[in-house]
Amino acid sequence: MLGLAQNWLDSRKTRLKDTFKPRVALELPTQRRKAAAMTDHTAKSHSKPGSFQDLILTLQSYWASKGCAILQPFDTEVGAGTLHPATVLRSLGPKPWNVAYVQPSRRPADGRYGENPNRLQHYYQFQVIMKPNPVDLQELYLGSLDAIGIDRTIHDIRFVEDDWENPTVGAWGLGWEVWCDGMEVSQYTYFQQVGGLDVDLVSGELTYGLERLAMYVFGVDNVFDLPFNTPGTPQSLSYGDVFHQNEVEQSTYNFEHANTDNILTRFEMAEAECKALLALDTPLPLPAYEHALKASHLFNLLDARGVVSPTQRQEYIKRVRDLARGCAESWVDGEKGRAA
Amino acid sequence: MAELLFEIFCEEIPARMQKRAGDDLVKLMDAGLKAAGLTPNGSRALTGPRRLTYITDVETRSPDVSEERKGPRVGSPEQALAGFMRGAGLTDISQAETREDKKGEYYVAVLQSEGRDTADVLTDLIPSVMGDFPWPKSMKSGDTDFRWVRPLRGLTVLLDGTSLNGITVGGIASDNIVHGHRQMGPGPFEVSNFADYQAKLTGEGHVMLDRDARRERVLDQAKAVCAEAGLDLVEDAGLLDEVTGLVEWPVALLGDMDPSFLELPDEVIRLTLKSHQKTFTVKGADGKLTPNFVIMANLETPDGGATIKAGNAKVISARLSDAKFFQDQDRQKNLIDYYDQLDEVVFHKKLGSVRDKAARVAALAREIAPHVGADPDKAELAAKLAKCDLVTQTVIEATSLQGQVGRWMYEAEAGFDADVAVAIEDHYKPQGPSDAVPTNPVSMAVALADKIDTLVGFWAIDEKPTGSKDPFALRRAALGVVRIIISNSVRVSTLELYLEHAQNHYRNTLFASGDLQDFLLDRLRVYLRDQGQRHDVIDAVIAHGGDDLLAISQRVEALGVFLSNTDGENLVQGYKRAANILKAEQKKGELELADFDTLSGFTAKPADTLAKALTNTRPAIDTALESGDYPAALSALADLRTPIDAFFEDVVVNSDDADERGRRLALLSAVVETFHRIADFSRLDG
Repeated sequence: MLGLAQNWLDSRKTRLKDTFKPRVALELPTQRRKAAAMTDHTAKSHSKPGSFQDLILTLQSYWASKGCAILQPFDTEVGAGTLHPATVLRSLGPKPWNVAYVQPSRRPADGRYGENPNRLQHYYQFQVIMKPNPVDLQELYLGSLDAIGIDRTIHDIRFVEDDWENPTVGAWGLGWEVWCDGMEVSQYTYFQQVGGLDVDLVSGELTYGLERLAMYVFGVDNVFDLPFNTPGTPQSLSYGDVFHQNEVEQSTYNFEHANTDNILTRFEMAEAECKALLALDTPLPLPAYEHALKASHLFNLLDARGVVSPTQRQEYIKRVRDLARGCAESWVDGEKGRAA
Repeated sequence: MAELLFEIFCEEIPARMQKRAGDDLVKLMDAGLKAAGLTPNGSRALTGPRRLTYITDVETRSPDVSEERKGPRVGSPEQALAGFMRGAGLTDISQAETREDKKGEYYVAVLQSEGRDTADVLTDLIPSVMGDFPWPKSMKSGDTDFRWVRPLRGLTVLLDGTSLNGITVGGIASDNIVHGHRQMGPGPFEVSNFADYQAKLTGEGHVMLDRDARRERVLDQAKAVCAEAGLDLVEDAGLLDEVTGLVEWPVALLGDMDPSFLELPDEVIRLTLKSHQKTFTVKGADGKLTPNFVIMANLETPDGGATIKAGNAKVISARLSDAKFFQDQDRQKNLIDYYDQLDEVVFHKKLGSVRDKAARVAALAREIAPHVGADPDKAELAAKLAKCDLVTQTVIEATSLQGQVGRWMYEAEAGFDADVAVAIEDHYKPQGPSDAVPTNPVSMAVALADKIDTLVGFWAIDEKPTGSKDPFALRRAALGVVRIIISNSVRVSTLELYLEHAQNHYRNTLFASGDLQDFLLDRLRVYLRDQGQRHDVIDAVIAHGGDDLLAISQRVEALGVFLSNTDGENLVQGYKRAANILKAEQKKGELELADFDTLSGFTAKPADTLAKALTNTRPAIDTALESGDYPAALSALADLRTPIDAFFEDVVVNSDDADERGRRLALLSAVVETFHRIADFSRLDG
């Protein structure tokens, strides 16, 4: 749902996201006076970004200035930033964690061979996790919109109810879609449960769909026309210069050439590996989780090839969910052991 | 009396929850204050996206209360005295006073409880009200365990012009600082009383506090921006309510969209704008949609809303483009061509695919068709087509358009049949107690078949509703069956229909058919109660038996009318007397009334008259019942009133002559039996 494409009506609510948890120890100012909590977070030191990469750099430097560790993308295919272990696993357990990161996300079925101005099978999300959520997270978030040049005196920003649930990793939370002039620019969630377990500390999760946001900020109608780096430089690149061919080839692979027999075998291998790692005397939830993610991506590939019937679909989703939950439980056990 | 203002400030409360939360806040605060001996007066709530505010007039202190507790008599045993002292909190019996009544002296403990300052009461009450607040969904935030709808940000409690600081809930302490509109007047503002609060927030703070006033402003503004352009707003109460909960400072803006989107069905445009953009549609003087929309922004801007309009137009255009794309894709095939694809959609794992269901419904619709005056071929075709749109892109994206999309697609095909088209859309009806009931015979056949198939299917696999759990909405399906049958005066035996269906399609007739019949009758009961029928009248008719829902309903109606006049009531009294005597006499010993079942040869004139009246009346009643004329049956029954009254006036049933006694009891038994041909009158109250 945080992808680039905005569906006509989002009837399918499952949203796969990755997030991680920053390692900044937080003093939660629970008794802070309200007035103090309403600090103006407008980032006056930044000028409005001029390119896609600038948008990312601006968000990174903004959240770094608010105490987040800036992590780099996770190196296994994921369907959304939430699935990054830095979110799924780190939002569990008793340790504070503040991080921000960019995560490339893959949804094979959304590919359109580079022909649709709004749809990509590979795109970027920017994720912020603050655990526990600071009292003024909303103001921090609005400050980030100021930082990327959304002028709140002329744009109508709204927080519209949207409770998030990801059954695959047994997670849910309450929050909003954030609208800018009727367009969803971010998803904002307070995690309540992850991996089927109640969280010890509530994480505030912010997800920005970067391409869509950039198209809005730069007034561009076709994603491939986005300026990737600074326009006017000798090597100025558009988003299309960087990614168009990738969309063409990956779509062709996803829809026409992905070898479903092999993928099915690999799915089963990933599943078996994950289970084996969780069954060790000293389980290894971090590598096990990577195999759960691999299984999840392989399933998405099968789905894109149209070889999964609706009944089988439920079956596969359940298998992936069981893996993810097993990893979450094992991780929490480990964290509690290390904390004790 | 002093003014009390209590504001709860938090992050954005879902629009759908605000009004109810305001009502709950008033209820809980009032109850808490009253329990503390205070008398809140004129309580009300102001609600909006970021705050709930409770206002009332209340004393600054609860009164002292003196209560007398009566104790044992003077000179009672030690144990009794000790119990009394313990209960009243006395340490010595001398602390009690003595009183005297006719029987002598007794102890009285006079308990004085001091009043409490309202400020102290609030310090306890506010955390308790907020801690148990009945939000439909609530959450924890940060490292606290306190649950609220979204993170709590501030509390303000002003009593009699003084801020009660330091009342702490979920780590937030109360103070006299409030916050206005995020962009147009954030504050902070110090406030001292309601007038000050209202002046600052609605003034510089740019927050319209009162929900009703805000709702009115939203509607007025939306109409006004349309009128300025010579257009009309398409009003939508649900959307109006939602939008009222999304803005603190409503600013209506009229936006434009590409006229080519008007090729889409109106309903698709309306739903797209409403459900995802919270935006109103607009029509022209001719009542047709125009390429405009009304956004309710939460901001006044220096550019007069131009940026906001442009942004919304872009999103709306993207969404309508998707809708148009899906529609074009869907229309590349005829509706029936989607039928086989229904096999890929699971209806229920034990009940097969949606195609399996559609096939069953089609067969059943054929059977039902003659009962409702429909052409069986049309009913069967409509039933097969009815579910086909479930696998179209448009319905996958917008489930609430199911049925409508199928109808549009089918109507665009050459040689479509108008009855079938209507049935495709209407077969889901009625969706709830207030939804319209289909009236076209083909629609009725398919709607009944669909619902009966659902009921029989879930009964067959033993997935019945339990308590409040009804995941498959079977109560709604059953109520739908009841309403279709009764509103359209369909005479059909439901039991027969669904047993046959079970036999044909589930190879399972062993499930408790009586149970499903009871379930339908329960829905019928609820329905008739809602129509204002007496519960005992409904019971009397249902206990009489039968599974013809229409007949039951008509009997209930006729009996209700009959009993509402004095003659009817008196006749029932006569019946009750007869039934009571019979019951009492039967207790005395076995009566073989069968030996006396003759209605002639009575010596006493009133008995003979009654016997003759019964002989005349019975065939009249039976004839009326057979033709379904229940008022006539009851009117025939009313002819018995005079003979029954005369009989009880003059005849002693309990004759010394055993034969005579038996004959008279048999006569009464015949009276009772005659009443029971119409309904079980013993179920009637009074």
